[in-house]
Amino acid sequence: MTTREHDASVYEQVQESSEFQELKRAFRRWTFPMTVAFLAWYLLYVVLSGWARGFMGIKLLGDINVGLVFGLLQFVSTFLIAWAYARHAEKKLDPIADKLRHEVEEKTQ
Amino acid sequence: MSSTTLGMILFLTFVAATLGITFWASRQTKTAADYYAGGRSFSGVQNGLAIGGDYMSAASFLGIAGIIALSGYDGFLYSIGFLVAWLVALLLVAELMRNSGKFTMADVLAFRMSPRPVRTAAGVSTIVVSIFYLLAQMVGAGALVGLLLGITSDAGKAWTIVGVGALMIVYVVFGGMKGTTWVQIVKAVLLMGGAALVTLLVLGKFGFNLSALLGQAATVSGPKANPGSFLIPGLKYGTEAQGLAGKIDLISLGLALVLGTAGLPHILIRFYTVPTAKDARKSVLWGIGIIGVFYLLTLVLGFGAAALVGKTAIVAGDKAGNTAAPMLAQQIGADIFGPVGGTILLALIGAVAFATILAVVAGLTLASSSSFSHDLYAHVFKRGQASERQEVVVARVSALVIGAVAIGLGILAQGQNVAFLVALAFAVAASGNLPAILYSLFWKRFNTAGAVSAIYGGLVSALLLVIFSPVVSGGETALFKTADFDLFPLSNPGIVSIPLGFLCGWLGTILSKEYNASKYAEIEVRSLTGVGAEKATEH
Repeated sequence: MTTREHDASVYEQVQESSEFQELKRAFRRWTFPMTVAFLAWYLLYVVLSGWARGFMGIKLLGDINVGLVFGLLQFVSTFLIAWAYARHAEKKLDPIADKLRHEVEEKTQ
Repeated sequence: MSSTTLGMILFLTFVAATLGITFWASRQTKTAADYYAGGRSFSGVQNGLAIGGDYMSAASFLGIAGIIALSGYDGFLYSIGFLVAWLVALLLVAELMRNSGKFTMADVLAFRMSPRPVRTAAGVSTIVVSIFYLLAQMVGAGALVGLLLGITSDAGKAWTIVGVGALMIVYVVFGGMKGTTWVQIVKAVLLMGGAALVTLLVLGKFGFNLSALLGQAATVSGPKANPGSFLIPGLKYGTEAQGLAGKIDLISLGLALVLGTAGLPHILIRFYTVPTAKDARKSVLWGIGIIGVFYLLTLVLGFGAAALVGKTAIVAGDKAGNTAAPMLAQQIGADIFGPVGGTILLALIGAVAFATILAVVAGLTLASSSSFSHDLYAHVFKRGQASERQEVVVARVSALVIGAVAIGLGILAQGQNVAFLVALAFAVAASGNLPAILYSLFWKRFNTAGAVSAIYGGLVSALLLVIFSPVVSGGETALFKTADFDLFPLSNPGIVSIPLGFLCGWLGTILSKEYNASKYAEIEVRSLTGVGAEKATEH
């Protein structure tokens, strides 16, 4: 039996609980600004690719130029953000989510 | 032995192995959860590999390497958009969808809405996006075989499409999600292995000096007047000759790439194949690692082909550069190990390219047939009264029908320039599906009218803008060269259609009074905590 058949008020109680609100805040406070940040960082790269080709062509080391390094930095930032999110989720989100899930599953059994 | 014979042997080995897997998977597939979601029993690592296998299409393997080989830096812009896009999926979509959905994208969208209109919209959008993407891959398969096997007749290409289509139908109809996933895992390993091998050989030839590789690429294949421009953006997208419209088009493409991935139905259903949201997170992390490394490899492959094969030879093989990677494999193999080495490497990369196409088209067919059966048949036509057995039968039949349609369209579109269909699929996914998904998960007030408006608004605006774009009419590279109705100046609709999709979703919502507070409480709690999430099936 899935929880879908249970009274929805259980969910409303959980939703109003301070623990759930804390989980929601911890989730949104991290992911929303980070999404804005990596999208802005990516768009900056695309805009520079369109309008700042002289800058992208500045040579740094032999034939390796700013454009290539900027592009590679997009890879680095993607890997770092993914790793940081996993760490944040394990430390701040999973413990609260697991606790709430056990509580609700006990209540609705 | 010629490289075509050896290539055929390697490819047939892959086909035999995957058919064996499909047969095994078909015996494991009993319930709807088995068919649609592989019993939700794949591990995070397995699903991460399958995500790579599902996502790294021939367009990104042969296509991006080809763009880099011919136009230098600009191919890199494409791969960066494809990679960064995965952060949207990781941070905002994967885990929450795994927790609140069941088999399809529409499960999440219809959760707190009136199910029939929302599932109809989501089903239509899923099938349209998947068919576009599928068509591009099928036509690509026809072209590829011509180049690799020396088959140049239209009939030969048509038979290739029939063969690829028939295999894909067998994988999906019999193997379901379980069979398709294993095909994708095997393909991902082969593709990464093949690309890594050629990359190492190329880097080795340049003494692992990236600067030397780039310098030779620019000298050999860059514009004679200004070789340095080969290493900066602007030879293909937003060229100075195209002026402002070209540069805005570049941003429009970038937006569709970065926002489209998290709205692609064949990607979204992969999150349902693991037991928990934590495994979904782990699979996206692995996916990001694999896809990121793969695009770094294609960077070397592209510049390597530019440096070692050279633009003239590549263009002689294929105008769009799609054979750059196989040609590079042959060249570097011959350079280092002699002619036999060249033959073996060419055969290897050719077989890998076919495996790549097969795994992607199978994923697309599965996504569209699942949505047809689960959303349109079971919930719209049968109003949720279909039995699991009936659903699975309908899913299998629709996979057969969709596969047949894709074969037919693929043959008809043979020789047409359909590469824009991949970018269009991303644009539709970003404009219609993504707003509906994000609003569903995060916006309390969102409702049926909002969901339906977002999906149709994004879908229709992206389609209309492309129909009236230079891609379809007016000009040498257009689909209809003689017609002239290119009223919209950009080839990529994203910069207009994505905001429009979000706007339609918002407007539809506030113009309708409907709103279900208790169902929002349920989806919010379920998506963040995993309460009541679908469990893995036991075998």
